[in-house]
Amino acid sequence: MKDAAASELPTDKELVPASTKVARATRKTNRDVNAGDRIFRGVTTFFAGLVVVTLAAVAIQLVMTAWPSLSKFGFHFLYTRDWNPVEDEFGALPFLYGTVVSSTLALCIAVPIALGIAIFLTELAPPWMRSPVSFLVELLAAVPSVVYGLWGIFVLAPWLRDTVEPGISKVLGFIPMFRVPESGSTGLGMFTAGLILSIMILPTISSIAREVLKATPLPLREGALALGSTRWEVVRYVILPYARSGIVGAIILGLGRALGETMAVTMVIGNSPNISASLFAPSYTMASIIANEFTEATGKIHLAALAEIGLLLFVVTFILNVLARLLVWRVAAGRRYKTAGGRT
Amino acid sequence: MASYTQRKLVDRIVTGLCICAALLAIIPLGSVLFYVTKQGIGAVNWDFFTKLPKPVGETGGGMAHAIVGTLTILGIACLIGVPTGILGGIYLAEFGGTRFSKIVRFSADVLTGVPSIVIGIFVYVIIVVPTKQFSAMAGGVALAILMLPTVVRTTDELLRLVPDALREGALALGVPKWRATVSIVLRTAAPGIATGVMLAVARVAGETAPLLFTAFGNLGWSDGIGSPTASLPVQIFNYSVSPYADWHRQAWAAALVLVALVLFFNLLARLLVRDRSPAR
Repeated sequence: MKDAAASELPTDKELVPASTKVARATRKTNRDVNAGDRIFRGVTTFFAGLVVVTLAAVAIQLVMTAWPSLSKFGFHFLYTRDWNPVEDEFGALPFLYGTVVSSTLALCIAVPIALGIAIFLTELAPPWMRSPVSFLVELLAAVPSVVYGLWGIFVLAPWLRDTVEPGISKVLGFIPMFRVPESGSTGLGMFTAGLILSIMILPTISSIAREVLKATPLPLREGALALGSTRWEVVRYVILPYARSGIVGAIILGLGRALGETMAVTMVIGNSPNISASLFAPSYTMASIIANEFTEATGKIHLAALAEIGLLLFVVTFILNVLARLLVWRVAAGRRYKTAGGRT
Repeated sequence: MASYTQRKLVDRIVTGLCICAALLAIIPLGSVLFYVTKQGIGAVNWDFFTKLPKPVGETGGGMAHAIVGTLTILGIACLIGVPTGILGGIYLAEFGGTRFSKIVRFSADVLTGVPSIVIGIFVYVIIVVPTKQFSAMAGGVALAILMLPTVVRTTDELLRLVPDALREGALALGVPKWRATVSIVLRTAAPGIATGVMLAVARVAGETAPLLFTAFGNLGWSDGIGSPTASLPVQIFNYSVSPYADWHRQAWAAALVLVALVLFFNLLARLLVRDRSPAR
């Protein structure tokens, strides 16, 4: 520690006017300590600022890279379907369609299952089951995307092609959506992509939904139980209404993940820019076209068009994330307040 | 209202459905792990870890370069991402409460949700284009950006769990704030932060999309961190969409190694937490 002895150093003397001799010792000690602290504060502020700078830089660079395409195509980009690198004509509609439909499909499959798991783990499961089951569900999130893709190509797609799709087609084939296309199915297509996406976003939705469900105040549950509710009635009439907006937030975060998911989808969706009525036909997504063409894009406009798709993904996921966090935060904030000072 | 038996029945049915949901989620996990192990174990051998790929048509060869490449890229990502994230997190926890800290937290949360392929485009534009070279460095930066928000937020949350009494105790002994933070607060939270870092590493280890146009790939050894570098995830992608059976076999082997690597980091993270829990 710096003390009076240190303040006798000649270099320090020059910094302090002789008239303030009495106040010198304390003030200088403070200043010395503050120097370290000021540097520390400055350094940490700098690195915290890097997060903000990175986010801003991503946005700015995307706009700059996409600019040639933005200014050339304008809103046409969103609803035209040509994708012709040779003639520099680009329209992203098939990719928007593929992304929206595959993500919607994923949500339709994943949401009920994820909510079931969340309710099971917070409310219904016996305590000894909770930790292993939640570990397994979290493990789903740990498996890399590209491994899901590999599994999708060689295990899931053949199974869907040979067993599931003919089955669905036989029963629901009168709806164009569930009809196997005339050219036959390879197993690689919108349905496979949606299914794989649903597996990948399941842990996201269920873990956030769990957090939100847990935030329901204990007295509310106890009150409902004391009135003679069964455990399901507690969930149905007390917990779900309380947690509703947070659950919507969890679903939106899942959607955000599904929209941007690249590798697994690219590997199983068939990569063909068609807009087909059938779910079993191959399709293409925004993230996939970037993954497939970015390194080969030589034309300036081509690169810009791909960057514009990236920019669209960025903007949409940005909005979804802000929205979701506001919703989740509203529910979880109550909990943080309740347990402040207690163990979490 | 329905009779008690009816209500009880509904309760049972819903519980059953929820159990089904949990089982449904575990089936794909089981299937993925089963096939990765079954198909991969046959193709993993000594050559896989020590040899380079053979030309198309010849069987055998390995992915030594991709394993080294993945570790190199991860190493670079950690060197950049971990210190940045921890220092940023320290700011949020120790000097937070300002308007600026709100913006930082918000940015970190939003950055978590940005699709990894978009980060790939960003790094391509800021590093690959100026240097005119795909490189391990660019790949490392991309992964560092992906792990940054996780590390910042974990550090932030864990530092805030450290009781104020510890901070006050240190300060009362006359220690400057930075020493108190580094040697008392940070040390107390260290196991938790290490867990967060491990999980962040595990998450980015399997990332493929941002590496496609940053580290790119390489058929042989990389010439250093300034040149194109192969990595396991990209290798799995390229091999699995190829038409060659032997490459498919290699892709499964690479998937097994990658999953093992990711699970290893996950387990390590869990063990760190377990060590800490009795002390709490």
